[in-house]
Amino acid sequence: MSQTVPIGPTNLVLNKVLAVATDVFQVPQSTLVAGSSPDTVETWDSLHHLSFVVALEQEFNVQFSPEEIEQLLSIELTTALLEEKLKGNGSSNGSGI
Amino acid sequence: MAHSKELREQVESCLAEGRWAQAHVRLGDFWRKEGRAAAANYVLSCYEKMKAHLPLVPTRIAFLRSMTVEPLVPILRSAALVQGIDATVHVGQFNSYAQEILDPASALYSFDPNIVVLAVQTRDIAPEIWDGYADLSEADAQAAVDRVLRDFAGWVRAFRERSNASVVIHNLEKPIASQGILETQRKTGQLAAIDQMNAGLRALCGEHRGVHVLDYDALVAQHGRTRWHDEGKWLMVRMPFAPDSMLPMVGAWLKFIHPLTGVVCKVLAVDLDNTLWGGVLGEDGVDGLKLGVEYPGALYRGFQRAILDLYQRGVLLAVCSKNNHDEAMAALQNHPGMLLRPEHFAAFRINWQDKARNLREIAAELNLGIDSIAFFDDNPVERELVRTEVPEVKVIEVPGHVQGYAQALRDCPFFERLTLSAEDRDKTQQYHEQRKRSELEQTAGSLEDFFRSLEQEVVIANVTPDSIARVAQLTQKTNQYNVTTRRYTEQQIAEFVARPDCGVYSVGVKDRFGDNGIVGVLITRTEDEVCEIDTFLLSCRVIGRTIETAMLGFLTDASKARGASLLQGWFIPTKKNTPVKDLYLSHKFQPISSENGATLWSLNLGEANIPFPEWIRLHVTNGSHRSNESRAQ
Repeated sequence: MSQTVPIGPTNLVLNKVLAVATDVFQVPQSTLVAGSSPDTVETWDSLHHLSFVVALEQEFNVQFSPEEIEQLLSIELTTALLEEKLKGNGSSNGSGI
Repeated sequence: MAHSKELREQVESCLAEGRWAQAHVRLGDFWRKEGRAAAANYVLSCYEKMKAHLPLVPTRIAFLRSMTVEPLVPILRSAALVQGIDATVHVGQFNSYAQEILDPASALYSFDPNIVVLAVQTRDIAPEIWDGYADLSEADAQAAVDRVLRDFAGWVRAFRERSNASVVIHNLEKPIASQGILETQRKTGQLAAIDQMNAGLRALCGEHRGVHVLDYDALVAQHGRTRWHDEGKWLMVRMPFAPDSMLPMVGAWLKFIHPLTGVVCKVLAVDLDNTLWGGVLGEDGVDGLKLGVEYPGALYRGFQRAILDLYQRGVLLAVCSKNNHDEAMAALQNHPGMLLRPEHFAAFRINWQDKARNLREIAAELNLGIDSIAFFDDNPVERELVRTEVPEVKVIEVPGHVQGYAQALRDCPFFERLTLSAEDRDKTQQYHEQRKRSELEQTAGSLEDFFRSLEQEVVIANVTPDSIARVAQLTQKTNQYNVTTRRYTEQQIAEFVARPDCGVYSVGVKDRFGDNGIVGVLITRTEDEVCEIDTFLLSCRVIGRTIETAMLGFLTDASKARGASLLQGWFIPTKKNTPVKDLYLSHKFQPISSENGATLWSLNLGEANIPFPEWIRLHVTNGSHRSNESRAQ
């Protein structure tokens, strides 16, 4: 898990996760990287984590189980889990409601 | 409407250039499109930059809860801000609502809320009924119901002793019946027990002023009991809501917040073609319109039913349509499928000029602020024009198909009311009478002749339990002829009434065209020979008819009777109350001090006397407006 992984322009899920994280954690998008996590983002506390989870659920039209909520511990892990769930759903990158 | 990325760019350029009103409108567009959890923090950060420049209505909301509501708070604040309400929110400690209510030193009371939401779930307050009903004897179940109602009654009573804030109580949700079909075969049962508690809550609210029930059970049912909850999040973090339940929950809170903050609309202005009826009158002719009890006309008739419901709630209706006036009036009058008829409407603008101008004219004709108008039009171009030209008008977002129109209107928080007075129901009738009065004014010779011809009777009465609701409503809704614009709840009015140093009066006006009901309020406080006018207001329906002079005349007598030698009152200027700016000056009060733009005016009761308008008959009564005990003039 490197903090310097560049953000690929084709990675729609990652870009959307970053946009949600930017809004929810109220930080400039340029400060977020794939490895950003509660340890590196000051505002990523437990209540913001819950807000992050429900925002992702709305944006991607998915629902996370308690086990999954505990796994969403970095931008990268969140993106990976979402990609897996969306594949399972047979859904596209979910443009929300 | 533009793409959400473009909207963000528009918002940001408005912010950078200091075009605050336009930024506010575009953020509203953005929120309607992207109104979800992720967008909420963005909206809030924009308002942080421009709040100071916008005429937002502030309010303080405290949540007392047995569940996690934190992720909903930014959504609530954003949704309120785009409607002009700046809510400061305090969330009480998890599950410690009872302590917070009972402890006068708790964070709840130091927060000093305007509105308190008591969001307690059945599973927390009545766990044995929610999940274990089968184990209970009938007597046990009844004991649980009684205990819950006793708890609620105790909390409401304790809260009322410590705070005047309005209270919104979530009623109790029903589970999916644990007894299966047996549930409804018997008189008693799990669901019947919850019904009994909810009936008790309703009764409790009837006993206390400013305490209201939010029908949480109906909200859950409307969205589907099986879909409302997220059991995983409930067990993990005590948040019961599924992602799709968050916006409906926030919407249900807003329906209370709007009337409690006075951010409501008094007028619904509607289009005609493809709105009140299907088709275009000018092209299809009156016989070609889709309107009636059969499909597809029934869809439009259903929408008219929703409009008629608002009319019965006291909302004024207006037509704002591009059509030939006579042709459209004939269709309104004669089409057999119409539920609404011309007499339901207080104003008509059926012409070919632009709708922004028409809406301004409707506001002027009805003597109301432009921000008290909501606009419903199927045409997105007209909606966009109105939003841009007159951002004060509340433009209702209209769904793509007529099938959704009625629900879109019913979901609008601007028309929510917490009380319904007789005056509300007769409102359109009063405007029709007003129109006749204006016609008379044009025919009468001198102004004095006109006043005489009105045959006005003013009834000033001590406020009684019957009139408290209307009096509080007037303090909350009157903007123009209001010297101090102090807003009071029913509870606060009741407290003034109970104080021996305060005079609290309702002012009713009758004339030859009808009874206007209670249209004015006076509140005074007398201390050390000084009688201070706390509130002096008059509905705009009756201004310019010297009733204010009669009211001041009454106050000079009443304050002398209380032993005062000076009658004083503040004029606190607002954006809207210029009509009352010269009230004190024109009645020979002297300015004696000023503070932050407000001026204190004083009248020496020993020297001055207010000449009483000879064309007004004044009745002063202790209570009922029907009493005829009169003071001869």
